[in-house]
Amino acid sequence: MKILVTVKEVAEPEDDFEISGLEIEEKFLEYDLNEWDDYAIEEAVQLKEDSEEDIEVVAVTIGPERSEETIRMALAKGADRAVRVWDDAFEKGEVLDPNAKARVLAAVAEEENPQLVFTGVQADDDSIGGTGVALAEEIGFQWAAVVNAFEYDAGDDVANVHRELEGGVEEITEVDTPAVFTIQTGINEPRYASLRGIRQAQSKEIAPKTLGDLGLDDSAIETPIGINEMYEPTSESDTEYIEGSAGDMAGEVAELLRNKGVAE
Amino acid sequence: MSDVLAITEHRQGELRDVSYEMVTAGRELADEAGGDLHLGVISGDVDAYADAVNREGVDKIHTVEHGDEFNHDVYTQAVEQLFDGSGASHLLVPQTVNGMDYSAAVAGNLDVPLVTDAIGLAHNGSLEVTREMYGSKVETTVDVNSDKAIVSVRPAEWPATEAEGDAPVEAFDADIDESAIGSTVTGFEEAAGGDVDLSESEFIVSIGRGIDEEDNLDLIEKLAEVTGADMGSSRPLVDNGWLAKNRQVGQSGKVVTPDVYIAIGISGAVQHVAGMKGADTIVAINTDPSAPIFDIADYGVVGDLFEVVPELIEEFGGEAP
Repeated sequence: MKILVTVKEVAEPEDDFEISGLEIEEKFLEYDLNEWDDYAIEEAVQLKEDSEEDIEVVAVTIGPERSEETIRMALAKGADRAVRVWDDAFEKGEVLDPNAKARVLAAVAEEENPQLVFTGVQADDDSIGGTGVALAEEIGFQWAAVVNAFEYDAGDDVANVHRELEGGVEEITEVDTPAVFTIQTGINEPRYASLRGIRQAQSKEIAPKTLGDLGLDDSAIETPIGINEMYEPTSESDTEYIEGSAGDMAGEVAELLRNKGVAE
Repeated sequence: MSDVLAITEHRQGELRDVSYEMVTAGRELADEAGGDLHLGVISGDVDAYADAVNREGVDKIHTVEHGDEFNHDVYTQAVEQLFDGSGASHLLVPQTVNGMDYSAAVAGNLDVPLVTDAIGLAHNGSLEVTREMYGSKVETTVDVNSDKAIVSVRPAEWPATEAEGDAPVEAFDADIDESAIGSTVTGFEEAAGGDVDLSESEFIVSIGRGIDEEDNLDLIEKLAEVTGADMGSSRPLVDNGWLAKNRQVGQSGKVVTPDVYIAIGISGAVQHVAGMKGADTIVAINTDPSAPIFDIADYGVVGDLFEVVPELIEEFGGEAP
């Protein structure tokens, strides 16, 4: 059995950054594995480790060569191999339509033929949160979004999951497989890559693929959605700042709490 | 003319607040685009829900009777048919956990672009959506050059429409293919029970990622003890297993409305803010002056919690651990 896990290298801006045109300037960005995807990888690797049946975990990403460093972290944590899709067509900027991304990932899924697909609920940088369900629709799989508990025995027709609804309520759901699950943070405790894992990851395959390799062309990621402005939000707050030494500030907060009658 | 169809949401027999916000957002976009606002009410006691959500600015309500609770295969089919049947150009769905379970499927099936998590909507010849990126650090406006579009709308971003309306309610005869239903909800579970119910608290001291290590939580526990506050937290600490789920404040945790809420080492992600912005007084302590938490705080302390909190404990006659 095979589990496909979609992963993304996400950019995180430093506390102070500058915007140039429609992007944050490169020098203010740091790159890391998307937090949700870390949980998705862990869930797949745990399933593999706990199963008596052979399970292969394949990570797939859309990302430039730079992202191999991040993808290798997924391999170091236990994924068996990876597929990295990139093409000049992606250089135009972030693909903002989840269905355009899903078309690319679907082409990989069709080559890999997995039983389960795990994605993160969303990516930290663009916060779109639709690619997993879009992918399910594209490849004709069932799905469940925002999964925070997952039970499945290899070979079964049904996975038992919890979906994390708002307000501390979970929905208990049976989902027919094959299926796509968008994985919520907190579902497990992602491991740190061991030294051994990091060494092993060096020899694991990261297969590069272009759109052409997948039988697609540029039109697959064409979308009518485009950013026309990016700016730092203006604060509407009228926050009163308390200043001074740590002792001074603590003194003022204490006085405030007494005035509000919540502490004595 | 460019009509808008907005989808409502309910759970366990109750219409969710976001439904009334969909009326406001939908009306706003319909006015911008010069069209009518249609609402879709799907599954459960649709007549009661339609009655409740029949508020000012709604032009027509379509009900689809099928099953009790949310099921994404029923919603996907019903919403697609409603979108076609209503003749609307724009479909608005809530960016809720259930909204996220069907919006992209509808978009894919109909081959219509989807823009998620909108915080602003405009129409100047074409649709223009405001949304955030990079954990609320930047805002973008996004153009959608398409005759039809689907937009998911962030909850609690638009106010609820309170005034009553008198839109006609019509049953919509959706053709739901039962064989396409591939998931079954078997129940619900309250995951946030336990020793304290923060939604009842009057004073909450809440801690976030800034605490760095589990062992450091002693410091915040001490502060809560000497001030008589209940301790809350942001999501990452609960994800790490450092605190129980009932301590989590935010969209997926507790929604709290204390007299005073002190956010310590919490950046103020939108999901957290959704759970605590109803506090009367918000005090934020954070080293990062640009943290979004300061946008909603009444009082801001830009400082290191490991310096400020011990002093604060002493102010109340305690000693930092």
